[in-house]
Amino acid sequence: MTKLAQWLWGLALLGCTWAALATGALGLELPPSCREVLWPLPAYLLVAAGCYALGTVGYRVDTFHDCEDAARELQSQIREARADLARRGLRF
Amino acid sequence: MASEEASGGSRRSRREPEGRVPRQDKYSVLLPTYNERENLPLIVWLLVRSFSESGINYEIIIIDDGSPDGTRDVAEQLERIYGSDTILLRPREKKLGLGTAYIHGMKHATGNYIIIMDADLSHHPKFIPEFIRKQKEGNFDIVSGTRYKGNGGVYGWDLKRKIISRGANFITQILLRPGASDLTGSFRLYRKEVLQKLIENCVSKGYVFQMEMIVRARQLNYTIGEVPISFVDRVYGESKLGGNEIVSFLKGLLTLFATT
Repeated sequence: MTKLAQWLWGLALLGCTWAALATGALGLELPPSCREVLWPLPAYLLVAAGCYALGTVGYRVDTFHDCEDAARELQSQIREARADLARRGLRF
Repeated sequence: MASEEASGGSRRSRREPEGRVPRQDKYSVLLPTYNERENLPLIVWLLVRSFSESGINYEIIIIDDGSPDGTRDVAEQLERIYGSDTILLRPREKKLGLGTAYIHGMKHATGNYIIIMDADLSHHPKFIPEFIRKQKEGNFDIVSGTRYKGNGGVYGWDLKRKIISRGANFITQILLRPGASDLTGSFRLYRKEVLQKLIENCVSKGYVFQMEMIVRARQLNYTIGEVPISFVDRVYGESKLGGNEIVSFLKGLLTLFATT
């Protein structure tokens, strides 16, 4: 099953469950407080997902490692390499 | 050298053909180049040093796509300096795709492991012995360098570039759940037969190609290990990440999402 198919199945399952419970189609007598929460649940989850995404990406950008040492090391190795190669007869 | 044989031989995967037991592991580095006249000698020098210091058996295959800046001339000089057993020149007439460059390079590779990397000094050969160590540790089919985990990272990116990179990676992880943290990276070690199999199965281009390799590898149940690497981007200042590239990345991602 492709990832797209998995997502569609998952969303369909959750969607049907939500619709069935929220509209009382199964004949279940849910207390009003439950139904109050259930109706806007998809919207809440969407917003929560958005916040999670922003938060995670923000955190990861903030902690993205800046390899200063690697850059410095590379610069000095480039100098060393050029000198050594010139010695060995490389014409740049 | 003997220790490599002992540890490699006894845990050799069932994918080795019967009757052919390599005496020793050999690592072939594939370097596709286009206009890398300045960087090629430097990357080769660093590779030679890393391998020599670790006593690893290797060869470097330079696949130049008819660079107009004289890359081929420099490559020939390097072949004279280091010997044609170490440096193999296998050029092509004009600029063709990366996938075909790998195929072309592999035809001439005598190693049983292939290392792919960029020739512009963004990938440092010092990580190769770590890739090799990691591969032996977990008997992995693929070892991928990651910029996003451990003490991996990038030098030379501004905030905007980092946001795009992390954002794209986040979406990729959510949609594809690939089991690897850095999908667009191109600094990897593959078992030769694994790389061959993957290239046969991949259809995309550019960095979506690198992503597709990992996704297909998971489909085919290959094991993937990761090693944090530092990526030193000296090119970013000249070539900003344009809208076109972002669009083609998203198109590629959605294609993989819908077809794998």
